Amino acid sequence: MTNLLLLIPVAIGLGLLGLFAFVWTLRSGQYDDLDGAAERILHEDDEY
Amino acid sequence: MAGCCPAEAALALAGPEAAGRPARAGALEQAAREIRPGVALLQLMAPGMHCGGCVATLERALSRAPGVRAARANLTAKRLSIEYAPAETTAAAVADVAEAAGFAVHPALDADSAARAEAAETRDLLARMGVAGFAAMNVMLLSVSIWSGADAATRDLMHWISALIALPVVVYSGRPFFVSALKGLRAGRLNMDAPISLAVILAACVSVYETAHGGAEAFFDAAVMLLFLLLVGRYLDRLMRARARSAAAGLMALQPRGAVVRGADGAAWTALEAIRPGDVTVVAPGERVAVDGVVVEGASDLDASWLTGESAPETAAPGAAVRAGAMNLSGPLAVRATAVGERSSLGEVAALMAEAESRKSRIARLADKAAAVYAPVVHLVALGAFLWWIGDGATVREAAFVAIATLIITCPCALGLAAPMAQATAAGALFRRGVMLRDGAALERLALVDRAVFDKTGTLTEGRPAMRAPGAAAGAALPLAAALAGGSRHPLAQALAAAARAAGVVPGRVDEVREVPGYGVEARTGGETVRLGRAAWVGAGEAEAVEAAEASAVWLSRPGAAPVAYLFDDAPRSGAVEAVARLEAAGLRVSILSGDRPGPVAALAARLGVSDWRAQAGPQDKIAALAAMNAEGARTLMVGDGINDAPALAEASVSIAPASAADIGRAAADIVLVGEDLRAVAEAHALARRTRAVILQNFAIAAAYNCVAIPLAVTGHASPLVAAIAMSSSSILVVANALRLAGGGPRTAPGRGARLPQAAEAAA
Repeated sequence: MTNLLLLIPVAIGLGLLGLFAFVWTLRSGQYDDLDGAAERILHEDDEY
Repeated sequence: MAGCCPAEAALALAGPEAAGRPARAGALEQAAREIRPGVALLQLMAPGMHCGGCVATLERALSRAPGVRAARANLTAKRLSIEYAPAETTAAAVADVAEAAGFAVHPALDADSAARAEAAETRDLLARMGVAGFAAMNVMLLSVSIWSGADAATRDLMHWISALIALPVVVYSGRPFFVSALKGLRAGRLNMDAPISLAVILAACVSVYETAHGGAEAFFDAAVMLLFLLLVGRYLDRLMRARARSAAAGLMALQPRGAVVRGADGAAWTALEAIRPGDVTVVAPGERVAVDGVVVEGASDLDASWLTGESAPETAAPGAAVRAGAMNLSGPLAVRATAVGERSSLGEVAALMAEAESRKSRIARLADKAAAVYAPVVHLVALGAFLWWIGDGATVREAAFVAIATLIITCPCALGLAAPMAQATAAGALFRRGVMLRDGAALERLALVDRAVFDKTGTLTEGRPAMRAPGAAAGAALPLAAALAGGSRHPLAQALAAAARAAGVVPGRVDEVREVPGYGVEARTGGETVRLGRAAWVGAGEAEAVEAAEASAVWLSRPGAAPVAYLFDDAPRSGAVEAVARLEAAGLRVSILSGDRPGPVAALAARLGVSDWRAQAGPQDKIAALAAMNAEGARTLMVGDGINDAPALAEASVSIAPASAADIGRAAADIVLVGEDLRAVAEAHALARRTRAVILQNFAIAAAYNCVAIPLAVTGHASPLVAAIAMSSSSILVVANALRLAGGGPRTAPGRGARLPQAAEAAA
């Protein structure tokens, strides 16, 4: 029982961390141009 | 890398030069707005942007331009965001840089606010999906420990933690379904979202009740997993529409947003809303006429093909009536406005279109039809189970639990995914073949069409004249004709010059080349005057006979020789013959409905083997013809490109426009062809039929699943574990079935038809 008291908050905390990361990527517009992002990785010379 | 999109690049470069288009400069300046002191933001649409190469070319060219601070291209939205210093450069100069890179651009005004709202909604949906995904994973983790034997206090603890995670998520992520279900109920319809909402809400409620009473079974995992899977389906559906919308973006962009109006204090650019009937607007060559009106000064040729379907340019001289949207080809014109905005011919076309579209949006979708049958059945079964258990001596609590378990396990998860997954997969497959879908429902309608109606100019044909092989006398005079043609922007002259170039003819030497707007080109050679242009102007008497027939002609007169004619055809688009043949093989009746003269239409119909054709049909005639077919019970597919086709496109049960179409035509169409090849029409039709078959199979799978699930639930065997396994397996089955649409099927030979980014990249 005691290990559950530790493990469950840890599991939920990690989940929340992932959720916050997702919300951040969403807010910073990383899903706005999915086609463009797929192509940009092929550019060699640019800064992004 | 600029070689990536050669067709677009060539078009943009061949178009009217950027200089000397004051109306364009005015519209661009208006589109730019200051975002920081000394920095302005200009948003441009670049419909020709197709791949990463285009993005790199544009960004590189723009960021190197003087005065530009930053440039970013969005490939999905085909939009450029450019920050520049107004002190150092102008919006028009920035746009010129993009055009010099080979891309036609036009200002993205916030007429796109609808598109922006759509993007915000998509993002919102994605956020709800992410939250539901997080909750589903964590609640499932807790549920697994319950299933593997946690009991008593541990189980209660797990249930409470699950409730803590699931309840806010149900409220947040379930909102789109609740809202849509309520909307449907208010309108007196039971849509797919009603049983979904009911199942999710009941699952949450009964689980909280069970948890509070120390019960053994709670459905929190089912509720959030259901939401997550359905949101995935909904997001895919949305993404597909957003992608196609960008293809049709820039609605009305080719309609001028304003014009240069001659006032008491000189000429000034004026927004369209501010122009009044009676104002005199100045239209430079290469610009579109913004208003309906009468020419008061100047002479020119007007290309009104997008408006009328007539492929030959009209002559404009003082007194002639002109219509909004026509392209001014050769000389400057002053036009006194008679009708502006909504009352102009363009505005009327837009109104016709809006009316037809509102009629179409009332056609029910396949999934909603299924839901209309499905929801009442499921609700009745649940009610029956409740009554049966009560009658069997169970307590109300036990009976209610069974009834609710029935609702949860039969929740149309597979049904909710069945249509969007199949349509999203089919849309992806079509996208790779150069066909953009605006709406999944368009595929459903396309699968059912039994008549196909094609426009001629620009749809079945290239919309560009091509010169026929000249006769002996005309061939000998080709160097001289080419020299004269080089001095004109008239489409026939350009076609002549291009044909001469292709034949390796070196243009002869001429002096004092002068374009006579509305007539032709005149020059001097060896002290004599030579003319290239209209028959009557060059002095060819019997010419009318030829011109009125199936071909357009340009005449050349030389001193001491009889005038010779060069004949032009509008060449059929590649794949046109095959597309028509394949549609007919699929059992469709094909007709041609054109605004052009009977001669060329008959010639083309004969070439394509189409017996049912009609010429000289205006926008009203076209919409009437389609309405008549619809009234006869036919389901029509309209393929067209022009402004004159737009109302008919909207009226047809489903419509396709080539990407070269007028923007208004693309906006009216359900499907946009990116490639040049018309075979894509037949392919889209074939895939639509397969998609429909797969959707129906998916419904069958969902029904079969329920045949197993309902008895389990009604007899009280639907534990949360059984529900989780049954729901996810049926969903996976449906998704896997839909994915079959991604591959296989006949494919167009790659080339101009399917402009795949990868293929183009490899070729570059």
